[in-house]
Amino acid sequence: MRIELERRPDVSKLFSILSPFIALGLTLIFGGIMFMMLGKDPIAALYSFFIEPLTEVWSLHELAIKAAPLILIAVGLSVCYRSNNWNIGAEGQFIMGAIAGSILPVVFYEWQSPLVLPLMMLLGMLGGALFAGIPAFLKAHLNTNEILTSLMLVYVAQLFLDWLVRGPWRNPGGMNFPETRTFDATAILPEMIASGRAHWGFGFAIIAAILVWFMMRYTLKGFEITVLGQSQRAGRFAGFSSRKMIWFSMLLSGALAGLAGIAEVSGAIQQLRPVISPGYGFTAIIVAFLGRLNPLGIVVAGLVLALTYLGGEAVQVSLQISDKPIRVFQGLLLFFVLSCDTLIHYKIRMMWYDLSETAGKGIR
Amino acid sequence: MGIFEAMLLTIITAATPLVLAAIGELVTERSGVLNLGVEGMMVMGAACGFIATQVTGSPYIGILAGIAAGALFSLLFGFLTLTLVANQVATGLALTILGLGVSSMIAEPYLGQSGIKLPQIVFPVLSDIPFLGPVLFKQDLIFYLSIALVAGVNWFLFKSRAGLKLRSVGDSHASAHALGINVIRTRYLAVMFGGACAGLAGAQLSLVYTPQWAENMSAGRGWIALALVVFASWRPWRIVAGGYLFGAVSISQLYAQAFGIGIPSQFLSALPYLATIIVLILISHNRRMTLINTPASLGKSFVPDR
Repeated sequence: MRIELERRPDVSKLFSILSPFIALGLTLIFGGIMFMMLGKDPIAALYSFFIEPLTEVWSLHELAIKAAPLILIAVGLSVCYRSNNWNIGAEGQFIMGAIAGSILPVVFYEWQSPLVLPLMMLLGMLGGALFAGIPAFLKAHLNTNEILTSLMLVYVAQLFLDWLVRGPWRNPGGMNFPETRTFDATAILPEMIASGRAHWGFGFAIIAAILVWFMMRYTLKGFEITVLGQSQRAGRFAGFSSRKMIWFSMLLSGALAGLAGIAEVSGAIQQLRPVISPGYGFTAIIVAFLGRLNPLGIVVAGLVLALTYLGGEAVQVSLQISDKPIRVFQGLLLFFVLSCDTLIHYKIRMMWYDLSETAGKGIR
Repeated sequence: MGIFEAMLLTIITAATPLVLAAIGELVTERSGVLNLGVEGMMVMGAACGFIATQVTGSPYIGILAGIAAGALFSLLFGFLTLTLVANQVATGLALTILGLGVSSMIAEPYLGQSGIKLPQIVFPVLSDIPFLGPVLFKQDLIFYLSIALVAGVNWFLFKSRAGLKLRSVGDSHASAHALGINVIRTRYLAVMFGGACAGLAGAQLSLVYTPQWAENMSAGRGWIALALVVFASWRPWRIVAGGYLFGAVSISQLYAQAFGIGIPSQFLSALPYLATIIVLILISHNRRMTLINTPASLGKSFVPDR
């Protein structure tokens, strides 16, 4: 059997909407098969993975907590990817944002004022943006591949955080545990609604998504991003600078990842530890693609991927299996999303026998 | 054995997986395909190599399992990017995420088991040569394979007809297609070769470097291998030079700690990653040289006209 592609004359509207859902469906089917192979009832497993977390108020709050960093980071990444800048180091920018924002509550812990919290958020964005500025500078001015540099910096950021919380920033009264002092109440991001733990990070995520959606859709900047992403040459003719675009998209996504980092630390963890992220920066890449690089789609996609984290915890308890299937689910989902996107631009034809071979024989 | 000899031996052990993964990726990229999933294929090779060794008791079967795992896993990437023309960068990332997930799931029962180390193959007379003997002729099979592979790839790419075809596919897929070369098939084979090499590199990690399984045990080596290909400007023998340089950097932390140099260990652990960045800067700031060396169709999808 052969598979042949035929380019559609126009982008298929139907499949641009359907493709993420087809991908989700396929992931569920494969996930069910996976659970069956692990010797579990697939329906029960999928139920506790994807439905159970939605049935209680507290777990809806947890969902918002987990979705917040994913959406914030992915919204920034969507601008990068649309403009053809492959920032894959959001995990590092997340960490550096968290570190920069924590300077106030960890080093200047005696300063307690309503100003602390807004300043922390700003510092977080600054930290993330500066860290993303490194691959941006290297790409824009020294022509260095941003994929590899941004990724390498993730490891550097992780090690830097590890050193801080074991060394200079370790809590002096913390029995030598590798963690900083817990933040003062003035440095903790407040809850959004009274019914549970969900903090303002989720609010930031929604606001960021709407703002970036507006920018992409209604402003010249948005148009510039799309044009430069599709054809650098066309962009140059229009007078757009791809060098400035590298800076713009990387700094924007770095700032959003940094904000996600400090919001997570200030709202959910309330201190720094050696590990502060279960891979949000990488999962956000999946979120960005599942949301079809559209900020509003990303909000939905962020909630879906947040659900996989919660579901992973739920099946650990209810079915006594490890949390490892989460990452498999996430990886499968990205695979299916990418393959279903083919349907938007191409018709797929299955050839059950090889036409070209029979044709060739005729000539000979 | 002197300290210098011991140091060389550890450098070689640290460098071999980098050389292997990079030489595979070099062939893939020479065919015009950018597979960023090296890390994922490598960790799959490490997991499957370790599991097969534990089950059968033979590290040689482990090697085969590692190679097979890497090659099969790369087929997934091939299907998406070559048959379905999905974005190569995104698909490579997906392969890495999936590989890290699947490997940690299937190898979980083997966590903490002590593995079987791949035995050394000693060349009778040659290994008695002072200094060089034990370093070069008292090694395991995978080290010999890595050198043979580099030599083989160098011969294949620049001396054989099939290699010329592969390079032409990477430099201009449209012209190659017009000449009657099957672009998609060539690329599938190149992707699978890259996967097999990455799988072998992974098996080296769990059978030689540290004979056990640990989650994410590739620890960014797949990414460093990708950088090595750029560093080597797509030339096989330069991979060996680069690989050993990186091997030296990555073990320098062990020696710095042993000699009690007062630098925090985290800074030393960050060295290989920082070194990668610095090397990338040095190599790429000359735009013209980069343009000349890079396969011209690298990362571009190909849909044959019909």
